[in-house]
Amino acid sequence: MAAYSPTELLACVAARLLEDRRSVFVGTGLPMIAAMLAQRTHAPGLLIVFEAGGIGPQIPVLPISVGDSRTFHKAVAASSMHDVMSISQAGYLDYGFLGAAQIDPYGNINTTVIGPHEQPQARLPGSGGANDVGSFSHRTITIMRQDRRKFVEHLDFLTTPGYLTGPGAREQAGLPANSGPYRVITQLGVYDFDPVSCRMRLLALHPEVSLDDVQANSCFAISVAEDLTISPAPTESERRLLRELDPQGMLIGR
Amino acid sequence: MQILQEGQGQLIGWHDPDENRQWVLENKPRDLHDKQTTIAEAVARFVRDGDLVASGGFGHVRVAMAGIYEIIRQRRRHLVLAGKTAVHDGDLLIASGCVDRVEVAYTFGHEIRGLSPASRRMVEEGHCRVVAETSNAGYQWRFMAAAMGLPFIPSRNLLGTDTLAHSSAKVVADPWSGKPICLLPACYPDVALIHVSRCDMYGNAQIDGTMVEDFELARAARRLILTTEEVIPDEQIRAEPWRTVIPFFLVDAVVEMPHGAHPCQMPRRYYFDEDHIRAWMQCSKTAVGADAYFEEYVFGVPDFDAYLDKVGGLKQLHHLKKVEQLRG
Repeated sequence: MAAYSPTELLACVAARLLEDRRSVFVGTGLPMIAAMLAQRTHAPGLLIVFEAGGIGPQIPVLPISVGDSRTFHKAVAASSMHDVMSISQAGYLDYGFLGAAQIDPYGNINTTVIGPHEQPQARLPGSGGANDVGSFSHRTITIMRQDRRKFVEHLDFLTTPGYLTGPGAREQAGLPANSGPYRVITQLGVYDFDPVSCRMRLLALHPEVSLDDVQANSCFAISVAEDLTISPAPTESERRLLRELDPQGMLIGR
Repeated sequence: MQILQEGQGQLIGWHDPDENRQWVLENKPRDLHDKQTTIAEAVARFVRDGDLVASGGFGHVRVAMAGIYEIIRQRRRHLVLAGKTAVHDGDLLIASGCVDRVEVAYTFGHEIRGLSPASRRMVEEGHCRVVAETSNAGYQWRFMAAAMGLPFIPSRNLLGTDTLAHSSAKVVADPWSGKPICLLPACYPDVALIHVSRCDMYGNAQIDGTMVEDFELARAARRLILTTEEVIPDEQIRAEPWRTVIPFFLVDAVVEMPHGAHPCQMPRRYYFDEDHIRAWMQCSKTAVGADAYFEEYVFGVPDFDAYLDKVGGLKQLHHLKKVEQLRG
């Protein structure tokens, strides 16, 4: 049995992807704690931006909402959604985080509805800022749970653009050039996108996960990168930091 | 200009810009006069059955909850909701039967707390209809177009997705670059409710913290009800005019309503009342439970002050203040 929880692993894997002196558009939940962890470890110069207008905060504890006053605590600016969405559209935001109820091989995402739109089996919250993050960020990172209901060949609803139908499709649709999905992180592994086909590809397995586990939890075939690696487990110091950042255990658990 | 794609979502809140200029000319006085009133009077006067309603703030942050409760208390019906980031406000308005149509950017969720049992049930059972989809930037730029008096604003989101196919946006070829570009139609809500940190009796308002999209929404909405933590002297506004984000001529009613965002957060003043929000999410898992909540906290109290007493009064409000200020 691993000493760490799946949530701790996801937060650490996500945090390590964020480079120092870059900017990141952060949504509610795991992305927040990942960005906070990155800032307290290898990326002190990470610029964190929230859609409600918080820019460059020094976040004291995990915010509950992306509009929470913690998102502009000791920030360089508390501005507006128009400002943040505009700088994002203008190309200032490097990384963007997404969650998903369903994802397809091209990294397109559904957070709107399961079943037909007019008569939904399950109504989900909709795009929120996701379509904007997926349209504007130079590199989007999706964090989600993986199973056969979620890794699907065809989405019930395409809320947020990944690579759409494949190479060149984003540009053809009018989306900003050279933007789009960068990584997908699940409880099983980390995926990137094949530069030729734009389809999802396994890049790293998490500890104690097999290739069979990955394929058994996807409706579409997943190719494997030549230099497949194993995700390093969370360190003690990372785990301690996560508890400091989330003292109430809202995400990380008590 | 060649139209490349047309979203099939219902176009709500749109007016021809000249029609809206005429409406503004006839209905928005330019003189300074005292607009202070009660929330009951403001809702009775400015929120009509069938209106497109938008509520300010974000999620559970700086939401005009006293106004939301009053709309429910006065049993408005067939409202259309601007589901911009309509979280607690949207959940309650849909669950109470006030709203039966919604344009969704983000609705039916409580962010990190989970999905909304009540408003999802209303949609899944067919009592409330989603008439269009968009995104957070998409909604806010619809307000921006209206605030600028323009018929639409171009953007580079929504493109290539079902969100666009179910929106009221259109795609054209940009006449300069030739690339496809999304056009978001202006949206003028019939009425908006915004909770602010402070304003004077005329409605000149200051907001502490992020503006979210309230700068644009205040200018887009035809009628604007401000609830405020405190009414301050006009001289205080004029001493620091650069802090005014909503000027008086946009405002139709001013209601002094301390703690008017409860159980939502008011930046620098009080934190989310997580216990109350959790209780709502728990009891609203059934229609009976949701109705019981409204009986207890809305219909069962004469006004918002009585509600504040009911949710814990001074002691609880003081606790929320300490948590917000990182002292508790």
